[in-house]
Amino acid sequence: MAAPAPPALPDLTRVTRVDEVGVTERAARFQARSVKKASKVAALRTVLSMIDLTTLEGQDTPGKVRQLCRKALHLHDALPGLPHVAAVCVYPTMVAVARRALAGTDVKVASVATAFPAGMSPLEVKLADTRRAVEAGADEVDMVISRGEFLRGEYGYVFDEIAAVKEVCGAAHLKVILETGELGSLDRVRQASVLAMHAGADFIKTSTGKIQPAATMPVVLVMLQAILDHYRETGRRVGMKPAGGISNAKLAIHYLVMLHETLGPPWMTPGLFRFGASSLANDVLMQLQKEATGRYQSPDYFSRD
Amino acid sequence: MARSDTRTRSDTPTRRAPANPLAFQEGWSYAPAPESTDHVAVRERYGLFIGGDFTDPAQGGAFQTLNPATGRPLATVAEASEEDVARAVAAARKAFKGPWGRMKPRERAKYVYRIGRMLQERAREFAVLESLDGGKPIRESRDVDVPLAAAHFFYYAGWADKLEYAFPGRTPRPLGVAAQVIPWNFPLLMAAWKLAPALACGNTVVLKPAETTPLTALRLAELIRDADLPPGVVNVLPGAGATGAALVRHPGVDKVAFTGSTAVGRGIMKALAGTPKRYTLELGGKAANVVFEDAALDQAVEGIVNGIFFNQGHVCCAGSRLLVQEGVADEVVEKLKRRMDTLIVGDPLDKNTDIGAINSAAQLETIERYLRIGREEGAEVYQSGQPLPGEGYWCRPTLFSGVSQSDRVVQEEIFGPVLAIQTFRTPDEALEKANNTPYGLSGGVWTDKGAKVFRMTRGIRAGVVWANTFNKFDPTAPFGGYKESGMGREGGLHGLAPYLTLEG
Repeated sequence: MAAPAPPALPDLTRVTRVDEVGVTERAARFQARSVKKASKVAALRTVLSMIDLTTLEGQDTPGKVRQLCRKALHLHDALPGLPHVAAVCVYPTMVAVARRALAGTDVKVASVATAFPAGMSPLEVKLADTRRAVEAGADEVDMVISRGEFLRGEYGYVFDEIAAVKEVCGAAHLKVILETGELGSLDRVRQASVLAMHAGADFIKTSTGKIQPAATMPVVLVMLQAILDHYRETGRRVGMKPAGGISNAKLAIHYLVMLHETLGPPWMTPGLFRFGASSLANDVLMQLQKEATGRYQSPDYFSRD
Repeated sequence: MARSDTRTRSDTPTRRAPANPLAFQEGWSYAPAPESTDHVAVRERYGLFIGGDFTDPAQGGAFQTLNPATGRPLATVAEASEEDVARAVAAARKAFKGPWGRMKPRERAKYVYRIGRMLQERAREFAVLESLDGGKPIRESRDVDVPLAAAHFFYYAGWADKLEYAFPGRTPRPLGVAAQVIPWNFPLLMAAWKLAPALACGNTVVLKPAETTPLTALRLAELIRDADLPPGVVNVLPGAGATGAALVRHPGVDKVAFTGSTAVGRGIMKALAGTPKRYTLELGGKAANVVFEDAALDQAVEGIVNGIFFNQGHVCCAGSRLLVQEGVADEVVEKLKRRMDTLIVGDPLDKNTDIGAINSAAQLETIERYLRIGREEGAEVYQSGQPLPGEGYWCRPTLFSGVSQSDRVVQEEIFGPVLAIQTFRTPDEALEKANNTPYGLSGGVWTDKGAKVFRMTRGIRAGVVWANTFNKFDPTAPFGGYKESGMGREGGLHGLAPYLTLEG
């Protein structure tokens, strides 16, 4: 097999334009889909398996992270046969704790890195941050791009930064956070998506969760369409991770409908789609319990970790 | 009307969707989500609505209206004869000379407003009935047809007592009795388009709905009776072409408003020549949807889909010709095919259905005839691969590519979910092709460049031209055609004039 060509900065002026009105209309159509009965249960279970259970706070402690890992493996044992979540997402200092707690399981350890969330540190600091996370056992790295450099047109800087982080990641999967709430337009979202994918992103991700607006359906649709075009051009399937603001099951199902009708079944797997969320899981569990028993239970029946 | 119960389907052999690498038909799918029909009672028989009440036809004629999604009858509907037309026109005249003509405009406005309000209150019932009788997906009847119909009544209610301001320095007066003949593609919405301005301007009306879709117009007649409009202000006469012909020819009619095919429109013009009757005609179309290489392509694809597959393509202003710039043609067509594969064709009452049933066996035959013509002309055919229901009238979304300006599928209106795709190199070539048609109802332009939008929208000779969108309707916007797409405008301030005399 020939060695893969080194990544090259694409010409962002040639990236397909985006019409915000059209995108918003299309996104609303997904929300008009009615998902009931068996298709709803299948969707809810799929959503659970795609969650990156996340804690990214200054007050995080090993105890808190261990609780979260426990939840990742035992979502709601009163309902037998549930999938576990895809990953637990923590700060680099908590990776080792999570790694130990999840040892011997399929749940991945994801770590934010590169001076999350602002990314306002020198490249060598970001690379060191990434290296530490990977060495501590992170399977996946969620990096942030330098939005300031991107907005002032230093695309080469952002491209090289992603490529350098990707190299440090080695076998770890790289998710590139565009922080779409700071990019200002859907054209910019599309350009940043193209840039990140060409630089080697395994996933593109909307947000840190620290900036509003975070994930919205129009933004995610634009990113999914960029992923599809990248697949058509290169044959490589890049994953998608909306994060921030997806806190209830109904909205998560709308995202799944959008994924289904935009990228189709090959992407409907935790390997290529994730929800970055902290409170989504319990609402999904409540809905699943309701589908099983016909009644809603008090939120107190579901563990808050 | 053709009432064949042969279960015809358009799946003659074609180059069907090849092994789709994304296999939308596999894996997760949506469970059926049918809208309930419990709250919609369809009566076994419907009479004629004349002089404020339902009556039997003079000659006892009747026809069946079918559910096109099953091919089975929904109801038996009285068919109006010449004698019934005379009765209805007399009732309308009486109301015009009587209570309606004497009513203060401000009072008239309240009635028109009330119709819109009641339509909103009973929106679900009307949406379900529209989908049952016409085959259109409930998502469209619920989100487009019924709300827009109500919006037309609200909008024109506002004009009723302000007509002098619409035509400053003139003295607007109603014409008298309006004969209105409407098509089967938007039965309720077309009734609203016609009734709202006519009533707001102080006219009385005899309305003839299409023979395949009379039920919502008859339900609207019930609503109008419930709204306490004086008897005879609105009369509804179901029937086929003969009823319509008798109505427009009746000497007691002052004004004719027709929406339908160009052939019938031509006949009406002949029949009305030399009479003092005023008329407006809204006829066929073969609109070009022009996509430039600098357009937002993913959204343009949505617009193309909305332009041709909305309401199964039974839309006079459908974007039935796609003109795409050569540099992006392959990409656009590939995206389009992919998008077509995600369209859900089936039960019109299912909330997830994107494309419903073809309105009638006769229309399905017409569409299939054009599918044959396209193949004979050497077009490359693509049809998405959805499974179709076993009974009823259905047609898969279809593309014709590799077609020429001289092909019949490029020149003639098909009125189905069939898109003809051509390419162009320069804006001038796009304009020439877009305008090279006897029709001129609508058009679309897709580009990121403002200057190009203005150049193209000025150049396309059509009544409505959309930029970076398609099939957007609003009661405040005039609608109508150039050339053989008709004459006169409906909607907006322009839509008042055809129902008024402005002299003296």
